[in-house]
Amino acid sequence: MTTHTEEMTLNMGPQHPSTHGVFRLKVTVRGETITSAEPIIGYLHRGSEKLAEGLAYSQFIPYTDRLDYMNAMTNNYIYCASVEELMGLEIPERAEYLRILTMELNRVASHLLWWGTFMLDMGAISPFLYAFRDRDHILDRLNEISGARMTFNYMRIGGVKWDAPEGWIDRVKETVELIRENIHDYDTLVTGNEIFQARSKGVGYISKENAVNWGLSGPALRASGVKFDIRKDEPYSIYDRFDFDIPTREEGDVFARYKVRIAEIYESLKIVEQACEQIPDEGEIIHKKGKRLMMIKPPEGEVYKRAEASKGEIGVYLVSNKKKEPYRVKLRRPSFVNVEILEELLIGQPIANLVAIFGSLDVVLGEVDA
Amino acid sequence: MELMPMVLYAGVLLQLILAGVAAAILFERKVIGYMQLRTGPNRHGPWGILQTVADVLKLLIKEDIIPHAADRKVFVLAPIIAFVPSFAILATVSWSENLYAADLNIGVLYFIGLSSVTTLGVLMGGWSSNNKYALLGSMRGVAQMISYEIPLVLSIVGVVILVGSLNLRDIVFFQESIGLWLFIPQFLGFVVYMISAIAELNRSPFDLPEAESELVSGYHTEYSGFRMAFFMLAEYVYAIAISALATTIFFGGWLGPDFLPGEFWFLLKMCFFMFVWFWLRATLPRARVDHLMNFGWKVLIPLALLNIVITSIIKVWMG
Repeated sequence: MTTHTEEMTLNMGPQHPSTHGVFRLKVTVRGETITSAEPIIGYLHRGSEKLAEGLAYSQFIPYTDRLDYMNAMTNNYIYCASVEELMGLEIPERAEYLRILTMELNRVASHLLWWGTFMLDMGAISPFLYAFRDRDHILDRLNEISGARMTFNYMRIGGVKWDAPEGWIDRVKETVELIRENIHDYDTLVTGNEIFQARSKGVGYISKENAVNWGLSGPALRASGVKFDIRKDEPYSIYDRFDFDIPTREEGDVFARYKVRIAEIYESLKIVEQACEQIPDEGEIIHKKGKRLMMIKPPEGEVYKRAEASKGEIGVYLVSNKKKEPYRVKLRRPSFVNVEILEELLIGQPIANLVAIFGSLDVVLGEVDA
Repeated sequence: MELMPMVLYAGVLLQLILAGVAAAILFERKVIGYMQLRTGPNRHGPWGILQTVADVLKLLIKEDIIPHAADRKVFVLAPIIAFVPSFAILATVSWSENLYAADLNIGVLYFIGLSSVTTLGVLMGGWSSNNKYALLGSMRGVAQMISYEIPLVLSIVGVVILVGSLNLRDIVFFQESIGLWLFIPQFLGFVVYMISAIAELNRSPFDLPEAESELVSGYHTEYSGFRMAFFMLAEYVYAIAISALATTIFFGGWLGPDFLPGEFWFLLKMCFFMFVWFWLRATLPRARVDHLMNFGWKVLIPLALLNIVITSIIKVWMG
């Protein structure tokens, strides 16, 4: 009797517990080794960019919430900021601080959620619940200021929607303290774990050149040793007023990406603390031109603005032809760019590494498909 | 024992074990719940004690689905083959000095030999489902269970050498006579036993055959309703059996202070082992399949062999 082996095509997703959304990966495996991998996207495509062309400028803000719904504040911000740049608006001081506070809190929430789900992919169930508990403290704070837990719709062109309620700044300070303590606990629970390190060190290596060539951004890029963070290199809003570091690692593997994100949580908490100290007690929170929501008509021109979201560089390219609606909105979504490297990373790896590598890129499908 | 009392005993034991499994599942969910800062099930009955009953009831009244492409006969047979041996091995367990079914003088051999049949159930279930995830899961499961069976058996050999008998009751009597539970003189063996037992049971951190994040649900992906319940049942009964074996050979079986009956001490020690497994599940991430194999063959088996050598030397030296 003769035997022969066959390659097997395995369809992971669009319904699979660890693709975090409707992502589909067509993998061919020989035994447990991956010989080819083809990401298939588009299951969550909503045509956000086209929708923008039929909406007033301020009406598009809620749509940006739904791109990377884990980190909606930065999406809100970058869209508003691009319109503001086109109109040449001066943002009130207090509004800038509220923007920074909410954006950085949201970054911590986003990284916490990533940490929980990534550890769940690794087979540890408890971190998931710990992460969600702490993320909820942040969502409570954001809920108090914006009235929503995930899709905030908080920023406005020219400022923010509402001022912080009474005692909010103090509660933020308490939350920061609490999370800093807890993160330390989690770090000691997970990071030193032998099994975890064996699974993450040296896995999914991205070299410096490769990371740049594929256009990676955010923690995935910084874990490969490229010290690039738009908050520092091209300061937008008032990021130049804060003292914080850009964590980088040289290894470029899953473990490095993990460490970079954990370090970023600490840095974001530092920014939040400084902002809490510096924020003016009162003042305008929105430019007077931004108050008339449906009357916003930027002058003719085009602009590209970018910001550092929790996943990487988020950018908005905006063209105005002096109408109530934008002529064209192009969104540069970090997850969409970051996920492209996946195919190259997966080939030759065992299936068990697949979820670790995919998880370490921190991809959100709302953002991949827009 | 005569035939009738034997059947009666088996019937009663089956009921008790089912109740025990229900309790174990609740215990697991509560323990993990509190470790994860939540309360676990608390809706059905006081302290959620009827939760498992409700779950089982739900599984029993669900539609019985057999996939069209499945190999029907094998598919139906697999859960039974997985369950029967895990229950049958309980026959040799001696719950106290007087309460036991079979006083086999090859008790350990019977226990280990029969329990490896469960592997066949896993293989059949994964193969017959005609599902890729199930196939991968069952291949992993079989590779893992066979690899870890070896250190498991070798770790017990040390005890057998010391005691000079394969009879589970004799092992307990031996511990009574030396006044020492065997996990102290056989510490190395005990450690190897615990680790390979976890892998044998497919429990976290070695729960690769049903690695949820990779393989959806592993070898029982296609199973639902009461067939699925049988796989779950087999898993928990096997966990109980392995705890019972650990209690007997390493923790002095029913031995304990006299003010409470032996059954109580036996159950208490068993619960301790179960607790350790739940505890690990709440703490550790999952190991990778190749690391698992490396660890089994390159670390655990040499350790178990070393244990046998040391034990033999001591045995000869002590006369």
